[in-house]
Amino acid sequence: MISAPPILQMRGITKRFFSVPVLENVDLDATAGEVHAVVGENGAGKSTLMKILAGAHQPDAGSILLDGEEVRFSHPREAQARGVSIIYQEFNLLPERTVAQNIFLGREPMRGPVVDAGAMEEATAMLLTDLGVEHSISPRAPIRELSVAQQQTVEIAKALSFEASILVMDEPTAALSPHEVEALFARVRLLQSRGLAVIYISHRLKEVFDLAGRITVLKDGRTVGTVASDAVRPGELVRMMVGRELDHLFPPRAAPAEIGAVRLRVQGGAGDRLHGIDLDVRAGEIVGIAGLAGAGRTEVARAIFGVEPFTAGVVALDGKPVRIRSPRQAIRAGIGFLTEDRKREGLVLPQSVRDNALLAFRSIGRRQSGGEAASSRRSVVDLARLVELRAASLEQEVRYLSGGNQQKVVLAKWLATRARILIFDEPTRGIDVGAKAGIHELMRELARSGVAVVMISSELPEVIGMSDRILVMRDGTFAGELAAGASEAEIMLLATGEMETVSAA
Amino acid sequence: MSAGSPSTAAGFEQELTRPWRERAWRQTRGAAPIFAILLSLLVWIAIRNPNFTDPPVFLAFLKRAAPLMILAAGQLFVIISGEFDLSVGALITAVVVAAAGLTEGDPGRTWWVIALLFGLGAVVGLLNGLITTRLRVPSFITTLGMLLVLQGAVLFWSGGAPRGSLPENFRIFGRFGFESVPVIEQLPYSVIILAFVGIVAILLLHRTTFGKQLFAAGGNRRAATLSGVDVPLVRTIGFVLSATSAVIAGILVGGFAGISQDAGAGYEFQAISAVVLGGAALGGGSGAMVAAMAGALSLEALFTLLNLLGLPKPSRDAVQGLIIIGAVAFAAYRLRRT
Ligand SMILES: Nc1ncnc2c1ncn2[C@@H]1O[C@H](COP(=O)(O)OP(=O)(O)OP(=O)(O)O)[C@@H](O)[C@H]1O
Ligand SMILES: [Mg+2]
Repeated sequence: MISAPPILQMRGITKRFFSVPVLENVDLDATAGEVHAVVGENGAGKSTLMKILAGAHQPDAGSILLDGEEVRFSHPREAQARGVSIIYQEFNLLPERTVAQNIFLGREPMRGPVVDAGAMEEATAMLLTDLGVEHSISPRAPIRELSVAQQQTVEIAKALSFEASILVMDEPTAALSPHEVEALFARVRLLQSRGLAVIYISHRLKEVFDLAGRITVLKDGRTVGTVASDAVRPGELVRMMVGRELDHLFPPRAAPAEIGAVRLRVQGGAGDRLHGIDLDVRAGEIVGIAGLAGAGRTEVARAIFGVEPFTAGVVALDGKPVRIRSPRQAIRAGIGFLTEDRKREGLVLPQSVRDNALLAFRSIGRRQSGGEAASSRRSVVDLARLVELRAASLEQEVRYLSGGNQQKVVLAKWLATRARILIFDEPTRGIDVGAKAGIHELMRELARSGVAVVMISSELPEVIGMSDRILVMRDGTFAGELAAGASEAEIMLLATGEMETVSAA
Repeated sequence: MSAGSPSTAAGFEQELTRPWRERAWRQTRGAAPIFAILLSLLVWIAIRNPNFTDPPVFLAFLKRAAPLMILAAGQLFVIISGEFDLSVGALITAVVVAAAGLTEGDPGRTWWVIALLFGLGAVVGLLNGLITTRLRVPSFITTLGMLLVLQGAVLFWSGGAPRGSLPENFRIFGRFGFESVPVIEQLPYSVIILAFVGIVAILLLHRTTFGKQLFAAGGNRRAATLSGVDVPLVRTIGFVLSATSAVIAGILVGGFAGISQDAGAGYEFQAISAVVLGGAALGGGSGAMVAAMAGALSLEALFTLLNLLGLPKPSRDAVQGLIIIGAVAFAAYRLRRT
C-alpha cells in the first residue's frame, strides 16, 4: 500500500523504570506523508515510547533508524536537530513569557550580546502565518493569555520551527472543544500534505479513524500489531487494545423513581463572567452541562465550590441556604469538584498515589487514629480498583504515572470523600476506552446511591449518553435545557446561539 | 495480563503485603546521599582524631550539634510548605539575651522565663506566618524583616552590651547531663532533648494528616486548596514550629556558649543549608526529617573537620558557603534530571 521507505523505524525497543518493564520489544515505523496513530490503554507505554523517540528517555535495548541510519539520542536537542519534534501530553510552555520567547527558548537569535527580539518575532510571525493563525495569535502575546487551543497551536509552531520531518502529538485533542478539534485536524492534514510523518496518540477512536492511515496498538508494553485503518473495524481495534469485547453502550439512565429531592439549588447566581445562573440538581440524577469553551461551564462549578464564589444569588443544599466561601467549606458541606486540569489543580505530583487519593478526605477529616489509618489503607486499595488504576504501587509518586492513570487518582480522591454532590469537569479526559466505560458506570452507580452528579464535558457523545438532563451554556449563562437523548445538533444550536431557548423536547 | 506488567489486580494484592517497607524506603531514598556524606565526614574526622570514636567525645560532638539539628527540624516544616524562615538566628540571640536579662541570674525565675520565651517564639512564628499568608508578603522578606526587628530589639534592650546572667538551672540544659552513666560517662541533657524533638518532629511530619497537608501545600498550593487544605493555616503552623525550634535551640546555645549579642548569628543560613543538604527541595513539596537532621549533623561534622584541619574561622566560613552553594546546585541539578 505504501511504497515509500520508512523515514522512521523503531526496532525492539525495551525500557524499564526501577526494574519494572514498561516497554518490551516494541516496533514502530512511519513513512513521510503518513499519519500513524498509536493507541492503547492507559499505561500501555505510548508516551514512554514517544519520549524515547524524542531523546527524553534512553531505551534499555533496541534501535532507532532515521532514513535507514541508526541514531542514538542522549538529549531532546539531538532529536530536534535530526527533525524529530514532539508535543507532549502536558504542555511545556512558560506562562509568563511571550509566544516568540517560548518558541525560541534557549536558541534565541542574537545580535551581538543581546537577543534580537525583532528577528525572533518576525520568525515567529512566519511560523504562525504558515499555520494560518497570524490573525488570532500575536508573537508578543504572553502564553497565559491564550486559550488551551491557542497554546497548542504555539506548541505546533514551536515543533515546526525545528524543521521537523517527524512530528509526534501525544493526545493533542484531550483539552480541545469540538470545533477546535476540526481546526487541529485541518492543520495536521496540511502538515501531512507537506510530507511530514505525524505520529498521533489518542484515546478517541473516531479521530484515529478520521486521520490515520495506519494504527499501531500497544498493550502492556508490547506491540499487538499494526493495521491499516481502512482494514479494521472500531470494535476489532478495541479488542486489540483491551483484549476483550466492549460494548459502547452507556449505562441505563435513572428511572423516575430513582430521582429524589433537590440536593443543590442555585438561584440568580452571578459573578465576574456569569449571570442569571439557575440550577437544580436532584439526588440520583446526572445533569450534563455542555457549551463551547469559554461559555462559563467551569466558572459555574468553581462558583458553587467556593473557589470564586457567586457575588449574587442564593445557593441552597438540601433546601437550606448556605454561603460557601472556600473549597474547604464546600467539601465540609459534602460537595466534591473534579477539576479539568489535573496537573495544575488536581494532583500534588511529588506525593504518592495514596497521599493524593486521601488528600481531600484527610483535610476535612478528624484526627487520624490508628484504626482509621488501617481502614483508609483498605479503602484506597478499593478505590484504586474501582477506578481501574494501574500503578506499580500505592506508594508510587503520581508524577510517574501515565496521564490517564493520573486522572484516575483525581477521581479516587473525590470518591474517598463520600461527597453527596459531585461536580465532574471533563471526568474522562485522557482516559482509555475500557476505563472510560468503567468510569461512566461508576458515575451512574454514584447517582443511583443518591449522589447528585453534575458533569461538564466537551465530548458531546458523553454528555448525550450520560445525562438525565442537559443544560447548555452560552456567554456566561444557561441558554436552555434539553431532555435526555437530545441530539448533537440541538446542543450545538443552543451552544452557538443560532436558535433561541427551546423547552425540553 | 502479561507477567511482570504493573497490572491492577496483581499490583494491589502485592501492595497489601509490602506497603510499609516500601513507604519507608521511598521516604528515605532521597536521603541516601546525605548519609553517605555524613559517614565519610565522620570517618575523616576519626582518622584525624582517633579519640573521636570514644563515646564521651562523640557525645560531646552530638551535644554541640544539637541546636543546629533541632533548628533544621523546625526549618524543614517551613521549607516543605514552600517558604523560608530567615528569622531563627536572630530569635536565638533574642532568646539568649532576654533570658539573661529577665532572670538576672536568679534560679527562681528560670521556669517562668522559659515559659515566656516559648510564648515569644509562638508570637514570632505567628507573625511570620500571618504576614506571609494573609498579607502575601514573600516569606523571604517577612522573615528577613523579622530578623532585623529582633536584632534591633536586642540592641535596644541591651544597649550594646547584654545585661544580666543566666542562672545555673537554666544553663544545665545546654551544658550538663546525667553523670556517671556506664560507657558514655555523661549523657547530656541536650542529646536527650534532641532525641525527643527528633521523634516528635518525625511523627508530626510523616505520620499525621497535618504533615501530609504540609507536603501538599508546598507541592501544589492550588491543588491543595481545591482539596480542602487550609493552606494559610498549615503554613502558619510551620512557622510556629520553626520559631519554637529556635527557642529550644536558643536555650541550649545559651547554656552551652553563654550570653552574647551574636549568639545566633549565621544559624538561619546553616539551618536552611542543612535542610537542602538533606535533600529537601527549595520551593517545597519534598523532604524527609531524618535526612534534614543528618544534614545538620554533617554541617557540624564539616565545621569540626575544618577546625581539625587547622583552617582559621574566616576561611571556614568561606568554605562553608562554597560547599552549600555546591550542594544546592547539585540538588537543583538532580531535580531537573527527574
Ligand atoms: N519516569 C517514570 N518512572 C517510573 N515509571 C514510569 C515513568 N514514566 C512512565 N512510567 C510508567 O510507565 C508506564 C507507561 O506509561 P506511559 O506514560 O508511557 O503510558 P501511556 O500509554 O502514555 O498512558 P496514557 O494513555 O495514560 O497516557 C506506566 O505504568 C507508568 O507508571
Ligand atoms: Mg500518555
